[in-house]
Amino acid sequence: MMKMEPVKLDKNDKELLQLMQDEFPLEERPWAILGEKLGLTEDEVVARVKKLSAEGVIRKLRTILDAQKLGSCSSTLMAMKVPEDKMEHVVSVVNEYMSVTRNYRREHDYNLWFTVTTCGGKNLGETVEEIKQRTGIPESDTIDLPTTHVFKIDVRFKFTDSGADGGESHG
Amino acid sequence: MDKDEIDQTILSITQDGIPLEKEPFEEIAKQVGISREEIITRLKRLRSIGIIKRLGVSVNQRKVGIVANAVVAWKVPEEQLEHVGTLLSSYTEVTHCYGRVTIPGKWEHNLFTVVHGYSRESVEAVAKKLSEACGVSDYLVMFSNGQYKRTSVKHPF
Repeated sequence: MMKMEPVKLDKNDKELLQLMQDEFPLEERPWAILGEKLGLTEDEVVARVKKLSAEGVIRKLRTILDAQKLGSCSSTLMAMKVPEDKMEHVVSVVNEYMSVTRNYRREHDYNLWFTVTTCGGKNLGETVEEIKQRTGIPESDTIDLPTTHVFKIDVRFKFTDSGADGGESHG
Repeated sequence: MDKDEIDQTILSITQDGIPLEKEPFEEIAKQVGISREEIITRLKRLRSIGIIKRLGVSVNQRKVGIVANAVVAWKVPEEQLEHVGTLLSSYTEVTHCYGRVTIPGKWEHNLFTVVHGYSRESVEAVAKKLSEACGVSDYLVMFSNGQYKRTSVKHPF
């Protein structure tokens, strides 16, 4: 696993992150509104936000859309047993695909796991077959697990009170 | 009408990112060519009808010390899938929860969750807590030991 020293956050940073993540104000001067809640000026908030962005803590301010409401995407999770000497090749083939949005090595016999999502009428099955062929990993060492139910996609974390997993505050 | 062409333009631009500037919606307004007030009104409407699930920052959790993540895959009796999926989704430590097909004899875990934490131990403890809560004892914890790609789905408009 990649080692990285966590960025030091003070109380205001944590509260700001929590609000920007969960309750971003859809108003003309959003930073001023966040500042009011934290006792900071608009300019102080903007400066903090730019710093958190420069440090890589904030990836982006963006809209997250509901794929099901837009009605155009289907997805699957694939896993492969990849021999160590083929890993680099397989990863480079898999990552070429725009439709692959996540690709992780995991601690399991199936050591490579990636999601394939196609939108707007593109054929998911064809993409999956093409990836299988081009990686050269045999069918017997590959699984393809299409999504049957989407129960939750909500990539948010807790920065205040207890941590995201409660790990920091109550062990 | 649930969304017109201007809405689609706004969605297309804002899913890529809203500038972290002093007046972020003014920047979007300039790009779209309508007033800032209208941008905000439209974003509010798209959020209220659920096309926008969330508007906010996404955080690189690794940078704040949340460095452990695992796929926890569960073998759930089919008739309990709906219930267990809904229950596990209610935990904040679970960011993703999907039901998936099985391949008999090859892959029989049909419910997938992603669990994040500050350490392996905390992720393992969460998995145990989830297992006790849902009554499913057959589960696999597959830690990530390398991230090769992480992008977001871009919805075509």
